[in-house]
Amino acid sequence: MTSNVVSAAYIVSAVFFVLSLAGLSKHESAKEGNAYGVTGMVIALGATVWLTLSRSEHALATLLLIALAMAIGAAIGLWRARKVEMTQMPELVAMLHSFVGLAAVLVGFNSHLTVGDASDTIHSVEVFLGVFIGAVTLTGSVVAFLKLSARIASTPLMLPARHWLNLAALVVSALLMVWFVQSHSVVPLLLMTVIALAFGWHLVASIGGGDMPVVVSMLNSYSGWAAAAAGFMLGNDLLIVTGALVGASGAILSWIMCRAMNRSFVSVIAGGFGQEVALGDDKDYGEHREITAEGAADLLRDASSVIITPGYGMAVAQAQYPVAELTKRLRDRGVDVRFGIHPVAGRLPGHMNVLLAEAKVPYDIVLEMDEVNDDFPSTDVVLVIGANDTVNPAAAEDPTSPIAGMPVLQVWNARDVVVFKRSMATGYAGVQNPLFFRENSQMLFGDAKQRVDDILTAL
Amino acid sequence: MRIGVPLESLAGETRVAATPRTVEQLVDLGYAVFVQSGAGHLSSFEDSAYVDAGADIVGEDVWNTDVILKINAPSEVEVARLRPGQTLVSLLSPALRPDLVEALAERGVTALAMDAVPRISRAQSLDVLSSMANIGGYRAVIEAAHEFGSVFTGQVTAAGKVPPAKVLVVGAGVAGLSAIGTAGSLGAVVRAFDARSEVAEQVESMGAEFLRIDVEDTGPSADGYAKETGEDFNRKAAQLYAAQAADVDIVITTALIPGRPAPRLLDEDMVASMKPGSVIVDMAAANGGNVAGSVADQKVVTPNGVTILGYTDLPARLPSQASQLFGTNLVNLLKLLTPEKDGHLELDLDDPVQRGMTVVRDGDVMWPPPPVQVSAAPGSSGPDATAVVAATPPSPPKKRDPRLKYLWMAVGALVFALIASASPAVFLGHFTVFALAVIVGFYVISNVSHALHTPLMAETNAISGIIVVGGLLQIDSDDLVVKTLAFLAILVASINIFGGFAVTGRMLEMFRKD
Repeated sequence: MTSNVVSAAYIVSAVFFVLSLAGLSKHESAKEGNAYGVTGMVIALGATVWLTLSRSEHALATLLLIALAMAIGAAIGLWRARKVEMTQMPELVAMLHSFVGLAAVLVGFNSHLTVGDASDTIHSVEVFLGVFIGAVTLTGSVVAFLKLSARIASTPLMLPARHWLNLAALVVSALLMVWFVQSHSVVPLLLMTVIALAFGWHLVASIGGGDMPVVVSMLNSYSGWAAAAAGFMLGNDLLIVTGALVGASGAILSWIMCRAMNRSFVSVIAGGFGQEVALGDDKDYGEHREITAEGAADLLRDASSVIITPGYGMAVAQAQYPVAELTKRLRDRGVDVRFGIHPVAGRLPGHMNVLLAEAKVPYDIVLEMDEVNDDFPSTDVVLVIGANDTVNPAAAEDPTSPIAGMPVLQVWNARDVVVFKRSMATGYAGVQNPLFFRENSQMLFGDAKQRVDDILTAL
Repeated sequence: MRIGVPLESLAGETRVAATPRTVEQLVDLGYAVFVQSGAGHLSSFEDSAYVDAGADIVGEDVWNTDVILKINAPSEVEVARLRPGQTLVSLLSPALRPDLVEALAERGVTALAMDAVPRISRAQSLDVLSSMANIGGYRAVIEAAHEFGSVFTGQVTAAGKVPPAKVLVVGAGVAGLSAIGTAGSLGAVVRAFDARSEVAEQVESMGAEFLRIDVEDTGPSADGYAKETGEDFNRKAAQLYAAQAADVDIVITTALIPGRPAPRLLDEDMVASMKPGSVIVDMAAANGGNVAGSVADQKVVTPNGVTILGYTDLPARLPSQASQLFGTNLVNLLKLLTPEKDGHLELDLDDPVQRGMTVVRDGDVMWPPPPVQVSAAPGSSGPDATAVVAATPPSPPKKRDPRLKYLWMAVGALVFALIASASPAVFLGHFTVFALAVIVGFYVISNVSHALHTPLMAETNAISGIIVVGGLLQIDSDDLVVKTLAFLAILVASINIFGGFAVTGRMLEMFRKD
């Protein structure tokens, strides 16, 4: 009876998880989606705890142990969730992925230790794959976290023959799997874990910072597959369903983003992109023009339509609040203000949307690239705040550019473009931006937050 | 070095190559500027304003300077005044006037043609053809409105309904787009046609209707200008013009092919079919005209009452603005030529922009320059770079044999069948669930709103904390190692569950709509 009820509970919570993801695809139903997710999780946990306790000989001790573990985890999790700045969202998400990876490795080892020699071939393979994916996710996420929080340099690590190293890691792991399936010894499993940890580290270390949005969602996908693999080894359908859902959603998010950057998914993951950016570009682009905050304020005062295209620089400068204030001020004057968000702006998919939402910018004026690109020619002023590669005309016009073919926000078609930037340095892709030298572009140097504040004062 | 700005000698020319504002910029570049007395008079810039800006007013001595800035190509008399070592910057039409190029070479000067600026984005700030065409297009509409006996904008008034004027613009380059914008802002219904179908987007972005004909278009040309069209195309285009001519009130033609006579777009019959009172502005009249019966610099009224304007001095009819734009283009050129800002002009022939403009260098004919590729990607750059909507080239879809796909499917199914035949039934049950869940995942997520990517990722992150179930099932083990590992697994997975849901909730809380 117990197992039937538990199965029923699992099916119900699997349905809730599907509803949760479906709900999160739309603004209107997003909160509902989160509630479904929580409900599904509560049902699943309740059923599992009940199942464990009903089998247990020391039910009370086990319950206390579970409660203790979950209480500690919950305390840490809630504390982090409450404390995190919205600009640090990418780091938090990356860090959380590493926990799923770690849990998958631990569960995998346990599964091997409990079943041990009695395990059949399929189970051994499941354990092996589960631990492998978990370990890759763990170190990969840790590196992503370190890169995103700028604790290590975000430039791609370029080991010689790195593709061969990756291949070697995979081949050796495959051989170890054969050994493991034959012997059921823990040694090959441990060896493989070490290799997988190194492999995950290297995989993400060799991807440049500009590709981090893809990496984060890719790791999200991995964490799902790790959970699914754990489900196979434990014979637990709920884990399989949930893991597959997360894995598939992460994979499709990564794919959407690669498409947005006009890049091959494989070459991003293999760290191939960083390779091409070998330019000591001496090309003469002419001279850029500077503008003062007062000048920018004058432009805005006379404008009837304004599009703001934010980038990572806005997040770094924490400029979303003054930008929101500026938006409000201009809208009160009757100016049509909209935001154009490039799919890979920031370091996490949707990063800019979250920041703007935090600053209470209404989401119906925050538009995607495809929605605003046709409107630039009829726009008076574009404010480029801390964005660089995502507004680079070279992507559309210079076939030799490393970012050629990447869809970009075509801000240069507007009447005036004001670029907020700290200096004339290049962006993440390391490519010079001819936009800065266009005759309708003007540069406003300095900290984005400070400059937007100056404009507000001038207005 | 000294810059000289002479009085334009061409009859009817109202513009001047420098305004007081551009003189200031030239002085900032380190040059001494000499303006011929009265040079700016017709553009409403008096001598005193130049003096205030830092220039010296001189007479014919203006020709004794090192760099001569002019609007029009020099006349024979003016060419004779040039001396070796001087640099002349002006419109030169080198392709159409080999005699002038030859004469300049004989004088031993360096001559830069402002109408030979390569059409690359970096050179836009020097491109006088663009800046002049822009205001020329504007003025063409104003001239048409002046001759047209009705209003442009449609109105419903107490005195009856006024239909809006219908304007056809042929050739959507800079001038055409400018005319489209101006006519549109006056309230007319604007249609436009261009042999290059890739400019349709630009036309539509200006609010006009782009007329299409059903034929393969000529495509973008490598140098950014239009090229001559094929026979089939011309025949169909003629049908289109014939149909439109009978319908519209105003036609503005801007079709020019560099170095060739202007293509004849409207013949006598089409002009005759137009309504009395209609106006045609032929902006290509200087090069032979797009319209039958147009005469350069003349207003012609046909027997059926159609006015054809062949004015070639449209930009010059806005002299102050035209001079300011032309002057700014020249300043931008001199900025390029004076990298040190020390008033010393240096010509760098390795720079494709400077090379393209150099017609004569110290008496050596440098025309024609090697071709400059504007773009290799089709449609990424139209001729009008200031108002271009650069279409991002779609990556060509890879043509693959569809049978290959089915082959792979078959191979995959076969491999899976082999694996499945060797695995226990329980595994297959789980695998069914897995495969279906993957498909559900793809379909649920594939139309996610972009703004929700981050919350979605946090949510899936929380959900993948479901791995805690693994730990929960294992914690009851008697093995201390297993128990400890399971405890740790529950702990870290819980961080995920609670942290993930909480942070998702926090983010969603912030999304709001006005």
